[in-house]
Amino acid sequence: MSYIIIIISAVLVNNIVLMQFLGICPFLGVSKRISTAVGMAGAVAFVMVLATIVTYLIQNFVLNKLGLAYLQTIAFILVIAALVQLVEIILKKASPALYQALGIFLPLITTNCAILGVAILTIQKEFNLLEGVVFAVSNAIGFGLALSIFAGIREHLDLQNIPKGLKGTPIALITAGILAMAFMGFSGLV
Amino acid sequence: MFVLVLGMCPTLGVTSSAINGLGMGLATAFVLMMSNAVISLVKDVIPDKVRIPSFIVIIAAFVTVVQLIMQAYVPELYKSLGLFIPLIVVNCIVLGRAEAFASKNNIISSAIDGIGIGLGFTFALVLLGSIREILGSGKIFNFTIYPEHYVTLIFVLAPGAFIVLGYLIALISRIKKS
Repeated sequence: MSYIIIIISAVLVNNIVLMQFLGICPFLGVSKRISTAVGMAGAVAFVMVLATIVTYLIQNFVLNKLGLAYLQTIAFILVIAALVQLVEIILKKASPALYQALGIFLPLITTNCAILGVAILTIQKEFNLLEGVVFAVSNAIGFGLALSIFAGIREHLDLQNIPKGLKGTPIALITAGILAMAFMGFSGLV
Repeated sequence: MFVLVLGMCPTLGVTSSAINGLGMGLATAFVLMMSNAVISLVKDVIPDKVRIPSFIVIIAAFVTVVQLIMQAYVPELYKSLGLFIPLIVVNCIVLGRAEAFASKNNIISSAIDGIGIGLGFTFALVLLGSIREILGSGKIFNFTIYPEHYVTLIFVLAPGAFIVLGYLIALISRIKKS
């Protein structure tokens, strides 16, 4: 039961982008077309789940054991940076097709605060490993959901007659605000 | 900040009140100044290939310093900023200035650049935080301006952040043009 609550809460109620403001940069940056949005969401999902598992293990078996919990930020960001590099190298060798699809998004992911945010949240909420993985997967789904809905809206916005001053970032932000309002409707679910 | 649209996550996440914006802005400014200064000191020692990872480690070290200081002296503020303090590490502004400015200039001008950009960021956060606090809870820096009865709660919630920032950016680019 608690897993279902984690999933619903992460995907809809506390949506990582629209409610917690993590991963706004890619949310605004790569949401101009649905195809790139889906690619980015895939890459983020991949790294997010891996990073959460690895940082969880490091926190519990290295940092806590040695009494170095205050090094969390440094350790996590290094792990994520290394992981992104590793994923890039492995993908290049193992699956060139997938690399082609996700390739350009991978370097951007190191500075995606959603990844570091989810890793730290998993520790803060004191999840066990399985709960952590479920949490990471559902956050990745939530990110993908918000990103693809938003990209769909922005594709339509291109064709609309928008007041000159609001073109570009402003209208994108206001759209995101209205989308966030729609997601607030889920808040009674959990 | 408003022009470059960098560092959006903390901008939207912590500005539900002016005081939160101020705290977050100053923390970021401190990290910016210190990391800029240190990076400009060690820039000749670091090989070009491992430049970015070493910058990130330096930045993360100062973020940890800020985190511990705030936890000790302003625990209330630390709690309300929560997750966004460690996330200063991945704030594109900090790494951006390290790469664009500190890796090319000497220590004094790098530190000054850090302070300048940091204060600009702080100003932006306080402005956004004030607008949201006035509209959303009728207060500014906890002083009541008008009764709570008339507030528009949406502005301190998530959607308000996006909408206020959207209109602010539009307004600023309009002012710039004229």
